[in-house]
Formats: sequence, C-alpha cells, structure tokens
Amino acid sequence: MDGEGQTKKFMFVNRKVPYGTVYALESLEVVLISAAFDQDVSLAFVDDGVYQLKDGQSTDGIGMKNFSPTYKALGDYDINKLYVEKESLEERGLSVDDLMELTYEDEDDDWAEKSSIILVSRDELAEVMDQQDVVISS
Amino acid sequence: MKFTILINEGPYQHQASDSAYQFAKAAIAKGHEIFRVFFYNDAVNNATRLAIPPQDDRNITVQWAELAEQNKIDMVVCIAAAQRRGMLDDDEKDRQGKDASNIHPAFRISGLGQLVEGGIQSDRLITFGD
Repeated sequence: MDGEGQTKKFMFVNRKVPYGTVYALESLEVVLISAAFDQDVSLAFVDDGVYQLKDGQSTDGIGMKNFSPTYKALGDYDINKLYVEKESLEERGLSVDDLMELTYEDEDDDWAEKSSIILVSRDELAEVMDQQDVVISS
Repeated sequence: MKFTILINEGPYQHQASDSAYQFAKAAIAKGHEIFRVFFYNDAVNNATRLAIPPQDDRNITVQWAELAEQNKIDMVVCIAAAQRRGMLDDDEKDRQGKDASNIHPAFRISGLGQLVEGGIQSDRLITFGD
C-alpha cells in the first residue's frame, strides 16, 4: 500500500465518555486499523476520555455494546503507549487504580508483561503531544 | 503544503463541514494541495446526493462535489461509519441487497486505512469536529 516504509508518530487523543456519543468507539476503530500500517501509535486519555479506561464497565442498562474489552487487545497490536492525564483523573475523583489493567509483552525484555498505561501530568502530556507528527482528536 | 482533512460531524447540524470546505478553498487559493478529504463519524452524511436544503441556503454536498471536481480532490467516505448510518453507493447497495443508494458520485467509499495513509502522505492532517 502507499505510504509503506514511512513511519510517523500518530497520537489518538480521547476526550469523551465511552457512551453517550459514538466518538470513543469509532476512534478505537481507527486505532486498530492504524496498527496495520506499522506506525508509531500512541493514545492519550484526557478530560472525560479517562472514563473510557474505567474498570468494571457494564452497559446492561443502556442497550449499548460494551466495547471496553477491546482496549485490552491493543497490546497484541503493538499499541502499548496509553498516556493517561493525572489531572483529568483527579478532577473526576479517580486514580490509576480505578482503570482496567492494560498490558503488553515487551519483546525487548524477554516478553515480560508490562503495563501499557503511562500516567502523565498535563505538562508532560503537552510535551509528548508536541513530538507527534499526526494528532487525531475526538 | 499537502493537507489531508478529516471531518467528523454531519452537515447542517454542525459547522465542521462548512469550516473544512472554507479551509480547503482558501488553502487551494494559496497554492496548497488537498491530498484527501476523509468523512468519518456522522460526517459520512455529507455525501448524500438526496439532501434538499432550502433554495436560499448552501448545498454542502454540491459545494464539496464542485470543489473536488475543479481541483481533483480525493473525497473518501468511511465504509464502516457509512454502513452503520445507511450511506451506500451502487456497489454497496448491490452487495448488501438494499433497495437504494444515496452517495453522490463525487465521493468514494473506502476504509479507514485511507485516513491513516492520508496522515502518512500529507504534511498536515487537520481535523474538523467537536
């Protein structure tokens, strides 16, 4: 396909709650496709977007598909940089312990299982964002 | 500079598509290239050829179609988002056994890979949406 051989830094920024609008679900669909392009892909979770990673989601009462297990598959797609903004968690009374356990196997470290979640401050995330070639936000 | 434009909102309800159109027109006037316009989320509805806006209002689909024709812009509607929302071209209509299609011929249906490729191939990818 066109663009093969080129590697860019892609960051998908998630700002919205997982249910209520379709943005979170359809953003995740782009993330999964991007894995096929051998790009340097990361995700950021800010504002209400941190709720997308909340552990123990249940959609039984709202007639929507619970797509949160898909985040657990990202490690298998070599997508293992999930930046979560500390301030956004705190503003919502959450901590990293309230989030799903999301891991990947590090091939450079004898396939040791490691967490994909990187807790960053607002300032640190701004720096990481600044290093990206493509930022897709929803 | 080479741009890919991503639009995430439906027509008329939201100004994203209008703003993207104004941006594309201005960029072209300044000698830049629009590599691709990608319609995602509810923005797939921008591609309907069946909309009938009032006569004193703009027709967003026709505006895009004319700009694309004049400047050879590749306008892509996401197939996954389009199928969910009942946006079909003739091929999809036949493949899915539906009784009608509604996508304007200036647009083509393709996959999300076209968005990622747009990001790789272009100098800038610009999002219009909430």
